Amino acid sequence: MATLDIEKVLETCLLAGKLMLESDAEMYRVEDTMSRIALASGDYRLVSYVTQTGLFVGLDGTSTIRMVQILNRSINLEKVSRINQLSREYVTGIFTLDELLEQLKIVEQERKFFPLWLRFVSAAVVSGTIMILFGGVWADLFLTCLIGGVGYMLYYSSLKILRIKFLSEFLAALFIGCAALLSSQSGLGINQDMIIIGCVMPLVPGVQMTNALRDLLAGHYLSGVSRGTEAMMTASMIGFAIAFVFQLFY
Amino acid sequence: MFDLFVQFIFSFLASAAYAIITNVPRRSLIACGLSGASGWMIYWFAVQFGANAALGSLLGALSVAAVSFICSRALKLPVTIFNIPGMVPLVPGGLAYQAVRNLVIGNYETAINSAVQAIMIAGAIALGLVLSEVLNHNIRNFREKREILSLIRKNEEK
Repeated sequence: MATLDIEKVLETCLLAGKLMLESDAEMYRVEDTMSRIALASGDYRLVSYVTQTGLFVGLDGTSTIRMVQILNRSINLEKVSRINQLSREYVTGIFTLDELLEQLKIVEQERKFFPLWLRFVSAAVVSGTIMILFGGVWADLFLTCLIGGVGYMLYYSSLKILRIKFLSEFLAALFIGCAALLSSQSGLGINQDMIIIGCVMPLVPGVQMTNALRDLLAGHYLSGVSRGTEAMMTASMIGFAIAFVFQLFY
Repeated sequence: MFDLFVQFIFSFLASAAYAIITNVPRRSLIACGLSGASGWMIYWFAVQFGANAALGSLLGALSVAAVSFICSRALKLPVTIFNIPGMVPLVPGGLAYQAVRNLVIGNYETAINSAVQAIMIAGAIALGLVLSEVLNHNIRNFREKREILSLIRKNEEK
């Protein structure tokens, strides 16, 4: 009975950690959630080693250690908060370990993203509003929204074909640069600098930067540095693409 | 006045829309917009009253962190959900762009100038986040300690 129990605790912790890592949560949040679950289910001390690409979990004083590999990651803050909430409810004793495992499996099956058209619209809104905030002209608003939205869609749809994130970002930024320059040269757009700045905004790696900082603060130097590198790579990909466009046209 | 209105609405929209891109829970969208708008308004006022961009960003980041802390307490969601979209209007995109552009054209001095400024602003935003985190932790620890102390006192009285 006791060994079965340990297996179940480990499996629950592992599933929670895996789901959080796949949704791009911070490392310390993953560790914290897993150790809370273990502590609440029979006072187990959890030992874990969490990286972005895999995680090891064991219970202190027992001989079982399990690991799981994280293959694909995508930003989904809703899932992170759902699991956070589930673990808190479990700790307060609202449901049992079996129910928690079931709930986690339900969350795993969910593919709850915002619909594609809403993402298009929100990318367009980000581009347009940032362009105005940074001092663009009102006449460019519609054009910026259009280029920014299409650029983000290009990034999003090419991600499935290219499978390399940085390449998709480069492609999208390349499109944005070309479109902005061509439109300003043909007289449609007025301030090409502001159009480009606004349009690349949806591609900015905000989640990675913030999480890198928080991981570094929590003492997770390994994942903090690796996330920071990811953010730097993304930022420099956008920069390279824009630089490339300028080289091409001047 | 119209300008103020536009700044507020647009920073709100920018943060809320970025929040949709990062898949936040639906019920937190308005709070995300509020945290972004508060940060940008503080930054904007600071710059209007003659502060430089780095100081403005620091104040803005502090305000984003404060609002997101309050929202995360009220809605019981992780604080990062409100932090990430809130930072978006403060990102030094313009300076980074100028740096890249001048680098390509060959104005290396201007490019370095913009790059250093962009890095300073990014550092200021990070510092704002860190400072508020430290403050939060200290307040929380202080409260917990006080509660424990009062509990101990009660037990002693008994």
